[in-house]
Amino acid sequence: MNLQEIINRLNLTVLTDPRDFTSIQPDGGYTSDLLSCVMAGAKNNYLWITLQAHLNIVAVAALLDVAAIIITENAQPDSATISKANEQGIVLLSTPKPTYEIDGKLWEMGIHIQK
Amino acid sequence: MCPTRTPTRQETHGRQGRSITDHDANEINRVEELSYDLKIQEVMTVKLQTVSPEMPLSKVLEILRIHRISGVPVIEDGQLIGILSLEDIVRAMEKDELSATVSQYMTQKLITVSSHDSIVRAIQTFTESRLGRLPVIDENNKLVGMITKGDITRGILTALQKDYKEEEVRKYRASHLFEDIISDRTTLVLRYNIKAHDFTRGGNASSHIKRALLRLGADPQIARRCGIAVYEAEMNLIIHTTNGGILKLEVESHRITMSTTDDGPGIADIAQVLQPGYSTATEQVREMGFGAGMGLVNIKRCVDKMEIESTVGKGTKLVMRIHIPTENFNGRKDG
Repeated sequence: MNLQEIINRLNLTVLTDPRDFTSIQPDGGYTSDLLSCVMAGAKNNYLWITLQAHLNIVAVAALLDVAAIIITENAQPDSATISKANEQGIVLLSTPKPTYEIDGKLWEMGIHIQK
Repeated sequence: MCPTRTPTRQETHGRQGRSITDHDANEINRVEELSYDLKIQEVMTVKLQTVSPEMPLSKVLEILRIHRISGVPVIEDGQLIGILSLEDIVRAMEKDELSATVSQYMTQKLITVSSHDSIVRAIQTFTESRLGRLPVIDENNKLVGMITKGDITRGILTALQKDYKEEEVRKYRASHLFEDIISDRTTLVLRYNIKAHDFTRGGNASSHIKRALLRLGADPQIARRCGIAVYEAEMNLIIHTTNGGILKLEVESHRITMSTTDDGPGIADIAQVLQPGYSTATEQVREMGFGAGMGLVNIKRCVDKMEIESTVGKGTKLVMRIHIPTENFNGRKDG
């Protein structure tokens, strides 16, 4: 499933610059608000689901090459975070839904994890 | 860059519609920069089809069709006296007057641009005049070429492609560093000064390091491992040190050594900080998602060797090593 379909089905708001999301095919997902846990658990091309919305999530995502960050419960990154994400080519997505619900829906949609 | 230029409409009035990001600004600046750097003579068409004022329109139509162009300059005694475009011919066709001559239908009100002007001048003229093509004249008012919007687009795209090639060349050169420079032991050292509590720049050094390694031709997996290790080390300097510290990367063809040094506060019990989940981070820092007590654990996982030395009141030195399998950094085999 490509990122555009995920954005459509979960009704996610794209916070960063639009681009061809159909070319992004996430390999799995990881959920945590602790950055070091994300560093350990999230893999290259995973979706990262978090409540964190501050500047440092961009560096973490860029170092891991994640497919996108889904920021839950309407947590709002500031403009510096968004522009840094654009600069680094990181996709920021937002939803009012809680993390649990997003995780559940992604799993139902077949976004599992790499064994 | 063009320091003396007049500001564009966008700069004066701001961008209409969605807000502009730094990334946009970079992209726009490069194209904008190019529209000042590139001269009209560099992008204009110089192999010109011209017509004389006595020529019948039917013949001009033939020339336009064969050369797939939509307008031609009209020349008399070597001087530019008008422009004849497809629209003019359409007007003649409506009256069934294709046998009429060029002079009867050509546009005499001439708007020209100078070959030495920047293409931004041509862009402005296109916008103001709503014309599709402009004759280009030299300092002696002699016709030297024609310019269309297509010529400008092509010129900018070619220049952007050259930029891209230059980046490729830069990458190529960097990746040959270890082959081109002969020594008994070549080491590239990068140093970064990390300020204590500077969360806004947290991760910048690690990002730069990862990019540098990729440019040097490192395997993406190794660049990522280094990135993760060095990020945790960088954040430790930001979160825990009194005065920040120095982050150092040493690249050799067979291994990468990353290290941090700081002057305090130092770690009392190293075995304790190596325990997963142990953290001394403040509540405020934890709210940002740091202080999981996983930093050193992560580093250990990503590197081949990690050493930590610390004295309370003096400071801490952390050294991390990753061995590069041969065939990395472009296949240079080294011991």
